[in-house]
Amino acid sequence: MRAVSWTTEVDRDLCMGSGMCAAMASDLYTLDDEDRARPVRERIAPDERALDAADSCPASAILVRDGGLPIGPRP
Amino acid sequence: MTATAGQTPVPYPFNESAGLGLADAYQEALERPGLMRVRLTYGEPAWLATRYADARLVLGDRRFSRAEALRHDEPRQSEGQRDSGILSMDPPEHTRLRTLVAKAFTVHQVEKLRPWVRELSHGLLDELEDRGQPADLVEHYALPIPVAVICRMLGVPEEDRPKFRVWSDAALSTSSLTAEEFLRSREELRAYMGSLIEEHRRSPRQDLMTGLIEARDTGDRLSELELVDLCVGILVAGHETTATQIPNFVYALLDHPDQLKRLREDPGLIRGAVEELMRFVPLGSGAGFPRYATEDVEVGGTLVRAGEPVLVAVGAANRDALKFEGPGRLDVTRTGVQHLGFGHGVHHCLGAPLARLELQEALEALLVRFPALHVAGDVEWKNQMLVRGPREMPVGW
Repeated sequence: MRAVSWTTEVDRDLCMGSGMCAAMASDLYTLDDEDRARPVRERIAPDERALDAADSCPASAILVRDGGLPIGPRP
Repeated sequence: MTATAGQTPVPYPFNESAGLGLADAYQEALERPGLMRVRLTYGEPAWLATRYADARLVLGDRRFSRAEALRHDEPRQSEGQRDSGILSMDPPEHTRLRTLVAKAFTVHQVEKLRPWVRELSHGLLDELEDRGQPADLVEHYALPIPVAVICRMLGVPEEDRPKFRVWSDAALSTSSLTAEEFLRSREELRAYMGSLIEEHRRSPRQDLMTGLIEARDTGDRLSELELVDLCVGILVAGHETTATQIPNFVYALLDHPDQLKRLREDPGLIRGAVEELMRFVPLGSGAGFPRYATEDVEVGGTLVRAGEPVLVAVGAANRDALKFEGPGRLDVTRTGVQHLGFGHGVHHCLGAPLARLELQEALEALLVRFPALHVAGDVEWKNQMLVRGPREMPVGW
């Protein structure tokens, strides 16, 4: 399946503010004033680092979708 | 700019190895502008970041590198320069190894272990009661819990504990070992892990080691040495710090009877209390694992030049009045405590969710079982180790 459009989101209730995602890809994720992560923008170009961030998140708070279908974290 | 690399560095680390106090020098550093110049026993001088915002910047910004330390005379407490494996790597190399193990340690995964860890804690308390008082809390409670947990997760026989305790102590020791002694101990631990890996190769099991072997043998995602060192790192880091913080937290609570009473009255506070204790108890004897600036970066009013190392004192940052109200006060009812006890950024403690769970279960079980828990003899403190805490802590109930 061709990558139509990737999106990413962070569940603020799960996020523990480890800063892993923002340190791995500061152009994709950032920490807000309350030390919670959020995506810099929801729509992203296909990017392996978003999947890495989703895989590495200790709180499993990051979700990456391709055309609406969850692709990260990877199984 | 308030400081330059030319200013005379002060000797570091500041903290005493006995007790859990935060050295006064940190308070001074927190209050003065800019970073401080410090010199450790070995290696080049370094900048020391103590404020919360500065600590977060240095730990979380990719312009600071851990891998660069291997190309410099890294500031350190021990003679030999050490390659700290995954902790000496930057992304994307770091990401390659981290993602192999990250899933096993997510909140979701480790929560499945909670009932078993609770049972384990209660079983050890039963044994303590049978043993009679005073009993050493470290040997008979604080160590067995994280050792049993990490052994089961990784696939290491728990009965080998006396063996890997010696190697693990050596891995975290500072000046008590010569560079040669340190290397010999590391080789012994690698050989031990190598033989366990061979056993797992012959008969695969449902554990993390088997998963990593598969990633090596079928996915070629890591080298054999990386496989060995990752397993060694998980075993050592997976028990030593938690085993040290359990008695530390008990010690701190006994030192604050009002907070202990509050927690006993409402065990529902345990999760927040563990976060507050993580903030309040400075575990490290001093900051380690310096980050090297890869370009000029301004940190808290000081210009850190490319190629200069910065040490981050998380124990001090956790007492920064700009971030925490009444930072010197232990308050188990504090909420939303965003401490740096597990670090920050790509090297944020892999085992944080597991450590939290173990600390919560171990503390709650102990405090509920023994309402009259007290220190019953001389506490012997670790010495010349990267972490501080009781080596032996006799307790009665």
